[in-house]
Amino acid sequence: MADTPKIEISRRGFLKGAGITAATGVIESANAFARDAKGALHGAQTIGPDAQPIKLHINGHELAVSVEPRYTLAETLRDNLGLTGTKVVCDRGSCSACTVWIDKVPALACMTLAVDAVGREITTIEGLSHGDTMHSVQVAFVKHDAMQCGFCTPGMVMSCAALLERNPNPKLDDVKHAVSGNLCRCGTYPKVFAATLDVAQQRAQASGLVNLDTGTEA
Amino acid sequence: MTPETFLLEEQQAAAAQEKPQEPKRTENFVFGIPQNGLQQKQREVPVDEPPPLPANSELTYIGKPTQRYDGPAKALGKAKYTADVQLPGMLYARMVDAKIPHGRIVAIDTTEAEKLPGIRAVHVIEHVYGIAELRDPKQEPPSRYPTIRYVGQPIAGVAAVSQQIADDAAKLVKVQYDAIPFVVDRSAARADDAPMVFPGPADAAGSAGGGGGPTDVPQKGNVHGPKRRLIGNMDKGFADADVVVESEYFTQVQTHSALETHGFVVDWKPDEVTIYASTQGTASVRDEFADVFKLPKSKVRVITEYMGGGFGAKFGAGNEGVVAANLSRKANAPVKLMLDRRQEHIVSNRPDSHQKLKMGAKSDGTLTAIQLTSYGTAGVGTGAGTAGPATNLYKCPNLLTEEYDVFINAGPGAAFRAPGHPQGCFAFEQAIDELAVKLKMDPLALREKIDESPARKAERQLILERTNWRNRKPDGSDTGPIKRGMGIAQSVWYRFIDMDSSCEVRVSRDGSVELMSAVQDLGGGTKTILAQVVAEEFGIPPAMVVIRIGDTRFPIGPNSGGSVTAGSITPAVRNAAYQVKQKLFTAVAPSLGTTADNLVVQNGRVVFRNDPSKTYSLKQVAAKLPTNEISARATRVPEYSKARLTYGGVDYVELAVDTETGRVHVEKVFGAHDCGRPINPTGVISQINGGMLQGISYALFEQRIMDRNAGYMLNANLENYKILGAREVPEIEVVLVENYIAQSSTDAAGIGESAGIITLAAAIGNAFYNATGVRMRRIPMTPAGVLTALGKVQEEVQA
Ligand code: FES
Ligand code: FES
Repeated sequence: MADTPKIEISRRGFLKGAGITAATGVIESANAFARDAKGALHGAQTIGPDAQPIKLHINGHELAVSVEPRYTLAETLRDNLGLTGTKVVCDRGSCSACTVWIDKVPALACMTLAVDAVGREITTIEGLSHGDTMHSVQVAFVKHDAMQCGFCTPGMVMSCAALLERNPNPKLDDVKHAVSGNLCRCGTYPKVFAATLDVAQQRAQASGLVNLDTGTEA
Repeated sequence: MTPETFLLEEQQAAAAQEKPQEPKRTENFVFGIPQNGLQQKQREVPVDEPPPLPANSELTYIGKPTQRYDGPAKALGKAKYTADVQLPGMLYARMVDAKIPHGRIVAIDTTEAEKLPGIRAVHVIEHVYGIAELRDPKQEPPSRYPTIRYVGQPIAGVAAVSQQIADDAAKLVKVQYDAIPFVVDRSAARADDAPMVFPGPADAAGSAGGGGGPTDVPQKGNVHGPKRRLIGNMDKGFADADVVVESEYFTQVQTHSALETHGFVVDWKPDEVTIYASTQGTASVRDEFADVFKLPKSKVRVITEYMGGGFGAKFGAGNEGVVAANLSRKANAPVKLMLDRRQEHIVSNRPDSHQKLKMGAKSDGTLTAIQLTSYGTAGVGTGAGTAGPATNLYKCPNLLTEEYDVFINAGPGAAFRAPGHPQGCFAFEQAIDELAVKLKMDPLALREKIDESPARKAERQLILERTNWRNRKPDGSDTGPIKRGMGIAQSVWYRFIDMDSSCEVRVSRDGSVELMSAVQDLGGGTKTILAQVVAEEFGIPPAMVVIRIGDTRFPIGPNSGGSVTAGSITPAVRNAAYQVKQKLFTAVAPSLGTTADNLVVQNGRVVFRNDPSKTYSLKQVAAKLPTNEISARATRVPEYSKARLTYGGVDYVELAVDTETGRVHVEKVFGAHDCGRPINPTGVISQINGGMLQGISYALFEQRIMDRNAGYMLNANLENYKILGAREVPEIEVVLVENYIAQSSTDAAGIGESAGIITLAAAIGNAFYNATGVRMRRIPMTPAGVLTALGKVQEEVQA
């Protein structure tokens, strides 16, 4: 019997041809590409398959990188720019290990083409801290031991920090909702919840605000 | 490791201890469980052992909740895993694997792949590691290529300048097969006329972490076994019984699904091969590479700085490691080869099971007979035995276990967190509850009657005091569509020690303290406990100890399987720290105007015993060193006594069963666990949380699904292979029971296996019965499975 290649939808083909369905942030970034493509790619109608020079705004810096149009943002961050804090686990939008922020909204870097991220403000785990000064969510993760092997941790931190940006006063259910896509095989969830709620509480105390019930996050 | 290898090791250790010994001294050790009242235990120990440690309550750093040593690195995204390694000129590789479940390879054409710009090397493998092998290889016609026995079996690897090009090239490798009939269903594979996975008897070796199965058993068709164990007389056992239960249980195949896939970066240089490995054993990886490539171990260096989960599946060189090394050698460049997610689901798994139990008891609960027959499939491997809990939880004079492995055309099983025990416990601890029902006894009271473990006794007491157990309603008495219930289950695991546990502790004249060992930290927190043990000796905070581990250039460390790490390496670490401290005191005492035996560490200071007003910081003391550096190396000494010890836990579950949708909601878990002397309660509790959640995931969601017609895994991804997520996390409470055993200079023990993964499915099953009055005999308890069990839908034909 000759080798019959398994019938499969090429994810990259799928990404390019059919648009993106998984994360809201990603859909917006696809639109952004349409908006910014001209400037970024000198007005070319079609691009690739060869590598193209692009500039990405990452963690407050503009970085020049040459990517094939099929490269995902996750691959570009990790392999081309050495930003390996962003992890790739499933490479198809089902685990959230690759969560970064695109224009402050959590997005899956494995489901975003690098060229689609042109003109957007990208924040990775490396950009959440200031050098070695940790973001309050990172501090709380360490304090509550919200990690074991740590492979899911950057994605978890990005999801939880984003939650606190949009909802400074979350309830346990809101935290569960915010990390409902983040898989952790080591089972650190209870401590992830505790860490995130702790940050919210500390911030509320620090700002002297009454802890108002903002209800369940939409 | 299995209870059997445990016994073997025990014999070896005993033999070692019978050799002429170095002089001993007698010491009194703290012993027992605080809840039951601590005692003293006298032991003979080698003369140069450090003095016994008091109970945790009297220590400064050991036993205190301690921040994870590498927590900031992980939270900051700075921790470099094997998947993150980047070396100058590094190539990226992809494995090519089989697309058919069974067949012979006629030809492999790599020319198209090789033509692709950016491709640097292609390697076709000649031998598949990690699966069963024919006892008589001549039973198969010779071929250049290994016989394909499962979809996903490694065939070749390609290396290129980018991952994308490697992926493209992998698709261009053309393999021509001659197909052979196959079977991927355990029960079908047992039939006399089933297609044979191996043409004759075949056996699989275990790994450093366990797995593998018996090699001296008969094989008929695809059925390998039984491994048989008989104690006492079964006829008598059942004749003595007042009640007998007979039951049948089924468990599924679970894949390890570590977030970091199996993988290696290999940098093959003529003078040394450097291997970055996502592994649980730097030592076992080094050994296997040296073995496969006929290299001296001194020329193989293995590095594991961080690793993203293993759970038992990552010990050796693996096919991917061997391919990466060959590609690196051919391309003359470092090569990174990480499995993709689909491959990760196929490379290893926890075997399934079909278990038949028959048990007899007296009317007061005393067990008279336990009989277990189990069939399980580890695919093209072996090691599906489940007899651990039935054999080792409770004493019973008459015991018969028969364990069979059934070969099918699917990826090999591997050690997976407490090999065999979650399956065994799911059946056995539910059968114990079945006995309780027949005896009209409270399930906890029945265990109180038959369980001799003092630790579990204390743990059951905690269940009584801290949970709702006393308000447990009669089984199946909850009315309404949503029914609530509670259940418990108990676990057992074994004290394994790896004598290859060594380290070096170094003190420099500036007062800095370093520890070096090849041992690796999988996320269990090994670095942290090592820092605590060193810190306790020197009276400095753990964060001030520099921990360098995960590199075979350092003294050899234990392979982290079977919960051996903490119990094996911490005594060596304490001994090295103690010895270097003594050397330091001897070296500096003259310049402090005293003698070494007058110096002691107290409250973080070095103090004169005869004049407590004379105190120095470690820095001040070290500054007086005549040399720049002073160090000591220590290796694990044998256990202080030959006692055969086990650990365990008792887990309690509250759940709700929606009898209309078939959904099971675990609402609360309470666990009481023991692991010798806990060094870092924070890390221990993290591991127990993880074990419990993996256990719930196993009980309710996870299941490998094979396509019977095409022979491949249908859900080799993370969207269709469902793993517990944040929304399914119940309220969890964990209490640690300290259990001082007077066995080593730290008395530490691991917790990875007995951390809840063993018990949760059984506890959920027992709680399900309490809620509904219906026994769940099959996991995962999916809505369809639950509705079937409740008689609301027709039974599906299942494996
Ligand atoms: S790696 Fe992006 S969602 Fe899994
Ligand atoms: S900490 Fe290991 S996967 Fe989350």
